[in-house]
Amino acid sequence: MERYHDVINSVTMSFQDYDPGDFYDELFTARGVPRSTAALLIEKIESLSIDHLLRQQQAAQNTLFKLGVTFNVYGDNRGTERVFPFDVVPRIISSSDWQTLETGLKQRITALNCFLDDIYNEQKIVKDGIIPLATIESASGFLPPCKGLKPPKGIWCHITGTDLVRDREGTWYVLEDNLRCPSGVSYVLENRTVMKSSFPTLFNELDIKAVDDYPGQLLDALIELAPASANEPMVVLLSPGAFNSAYFEHSFLAQQMGITLVEGRDLVVDDGYVKMRTTKGLQTVDVIYRRIDDDFLDPTEFRADSMLGVPGLMEVFRQGKVAIANAPGTGVADDKLIYAYVPQMIRYYLNEEQIIPNVPTYFCEDEQQQSHVLSNLGSLVVKATDASGGYGMLIGTQSSKQEQNQFAEKIKSNPRGYIAQPTLCLSRMPTLIDESFQGRHVDLRPFIVNGQSHSPYVNPGGLTRVALREGSLVVNSSQGGGSKDTWVINA
Amino acid sequence: MLSRVADSIYWLNRYIERAENVARFVEVNLNLLMDNPVGVAQQWEPLIAVTGDRDVFFQRYDRATAERVLDFLTFDQKSPNSILSCVRAARENARSVRETISSEMWEQVNAFYLQVEEAAQAKDSRDSYAFYSEVKMASHRFAGVMDATLSWNESWQFGQLGRMLERADKTARILDVKYFLLLPSAQEVGTPIDNLQWIALLKSASAYEMYRKTEQIISPAGVAKFLILDAQFPRSIKFCLKWAEDALRQIAGVSASSSPLSSQRALGRLRAELEYITLDEIFQGGLHQFLDDFQLRLNTVGDCIYADFIALPTEATEKTAGKASNRVASKAATNKAASKTTNKTTKEVAGSPIALGAQRQS
Repeated sequence: MERYHDVINSVTMSFQDYDPGDFYDELFTARGVPRSTAALLIEKIESLSIDHLLRQQQAAQNTLFKLGVTFNVYGDNRGTERVFPFDVVPRIISSSDWQTLETGLKQRITALNCFLDDIYNEQKIVKDGIIPLATIESASGFLPPCKGLKPPKGIWCHITGTDLVRDREGTWYVLEDNLRCPSGVSYVLENRTVMKSSFPTLFNELDIKAVDDYPGQLLDALIELAPASANEPMVVLLSPGAFNSAYFEHSFLAQQMGITLVEGRDLVVDDGYVKMRTTKGLQTVDVIYRRIDDDFLDPTEFRADSMLGVPGLMEVFRQGKVAIANAPGTGVADDKLIYAYVPQMIRYYLNEEQIIPNVPTYFCEDEQQQSHVLSNLGSLVVKATDASGGYGMLIGTQSSKQEQNQFAEKIKSNPRGYIAQPTLCLSRMPTLIDESFQGRHVDLRPFIVNGQSHSPYVNPGGLTRVALREGSLVVNSSQGGGSKDTWVINA
Repeated sequence: MLSRVADSIYWLNRYIERAENVARFVEVNLNLLMDNPVGVAQQWEPLIAVTGDRDVFFQRYDRATAERVLDFLTFDQKSPNSILSCVRAARENARSVRETISSEMWEQVNAFYLQVEEAAQAKDSRDSYAFYSEVKMASHRFAGVMDATLSWNESWQFGQLGRMLERADKTARILDVKYFLLLPSAQEVGTPIDNLQWIALLKSASAYEMYRKTEQIISPAGVAKFLILDAQFPRSIKFCLKWAEDALRQIAGVSASSSPLSSQRALGRLRAELEYITLDEIFQGGLHQFLDDFQLRLNTVGDCIYADFIALPTEATEKTAGKASNRVASKAATNKAASKTTNKTTKEVAGSPIALGAQRQS
């Protein structure tokens, strides 16, 4: 019996049958030929038995489940939590690639921060004719109450989670900027913990950049925002509450940084300050790391029906008696039309050329471009300028004639509301599906912390999301996506 | 600490303790049934009476059968005090304060929850008496993990307070089971079958062995004395109140000048009475009446704790009356808070023989 068991166990996983296909593969250059950075990983995986690998995958999943590393799915009255599926094959990024990405991301966030400070104040970029005023004012994230704001240390955007993708040639592109409250960094940290326990020897043999510094970097950036009068700054994380889809991350980050997690109902504006309700009475709050959207922050200035925010918060912010990260108003840069102007912003504010390119973007507002879009709907991706998370878009190559007609109508009636981009053939990589390795599309979301005391910190790697459905290009967790650990390797 | 967080930790502990005690209720009856001579009718209604769920139960069922009562108290998700409902509520509270409690505590609550959910799926509660011991052990594990991994700070004290108040309430109810259990005839008082009922009752409070060491002979007076007045047994009412009072004192903070809070007064008075009351006095008024009054007054303590620490102060009271009024919430603020956290206290229903002391949180 024992012997029989051994025989079963000794069958190993092989990449011989893995077909990278006609895509850029993150781990292989051709069938059976791993990239130099991935060679050791592939060798290690091939030395493992099927049982062992499946056990590791299962153990990782169980660990995440036991830890309660879950996200919530809306519209499900019970059992609202799901584990974000985890794939055991890590993504590898070479350190030379990473250096370029890191520099490119820092450049981008610096320019975007200049842009935000400018458009809510002097609007020089408008006066100099780079971006039309109408484009800015019609962006859904542009908040007039933020005009004239001077956030502490001139920083608007403290935390960014930029979405990057690669095309068939392996060229990196920025897909979205996500300047409001990007989520996912907790998975970067938890996935790494799980991988370390699954493949301890690989971490000894490969020079993999550590990711655990993130909470410390973030806490430093938050503390330095506190008003000068605060001796021991009270920093809190403002969450919409336990029913929010990213609640696990909110509590995880609060715990890792040792700060208090509050909900809107815990806060009150009193005597010109934001205070929280404690068992010993009201206590002043100095810095708010907010994880609720701009619109919901203060019902007296933004959405009046918001139950999540704090009435009067904005006025305290204006008076400099509380700091908010990210500052209200940053959402304007998430507008997909504003996104298209980032190359110009980099040139205008930094006098540099963009390091990581944007995906080429067609403006439906422009008559010529619109007619090009309308006659090529079958090959383009159309996106609503104010949507994110894979919603409100048309993937031409996977759409029906009827859907295309619907989008054509939408574009014609609201040209400001839509942009179009060529369909990128996202890179793929091996993923453990039904006991074999199959190619699946991936993207990457690195996290950037923009503090004042040093240049922006980019957490090495980021969250690799993988579309688990065959052929799917949509990696969002709400739509069948999973995640992988991401290794930046010195080689 | 945040009032909301204090409230959640308090309720997290109450719900865990409640789940454990519902398991104890069920066990006492299962024990009894197995010891009953053949031919003696099974009694399930007392269980529903003593958990304070009679109204809810009889809205749905006409008669209390073994199957219905066991399901109602164990896996029924519509029954607010079933083990399943308690553990779910405990987990929801834990989830909302994950960053405050230790990871180990969270994992323990989550494991408890998964275990009960799994058992609920299997649905063979009638045959798996072992399940109820597992529930008790899971609760003990939680308490142990909390003591060993959470700083004994204000959070811990709120948890302790919740656990001890819940336990005092439930020990009173376990003792009250005997009041509702019918003997085959009045002549049976003091006979073996009567004694068997008392023994089963002690066992369900994990008190049998400790009882034998102090009181030895089984008698109604002895059992009542042990479960109400013993100073060392950790499930006796007096013991629980002593610990609860200590926790409350730590939370409120000691200072010679400040006058005690309403919750301190209510709890202190109740504890002091237990300190000086005699067994004769308890029995003069009737044990059941004593337990009934006790449960009501314990509810009042819970209400005072809510008002003193949890109910949100309004800006108005804050500004006009200054710091001292932080703990005096306006009616509106209390209602707002109550509707948000839905901590409801159901008071005695007129004409009902027992106090419906079930405090619940959805």
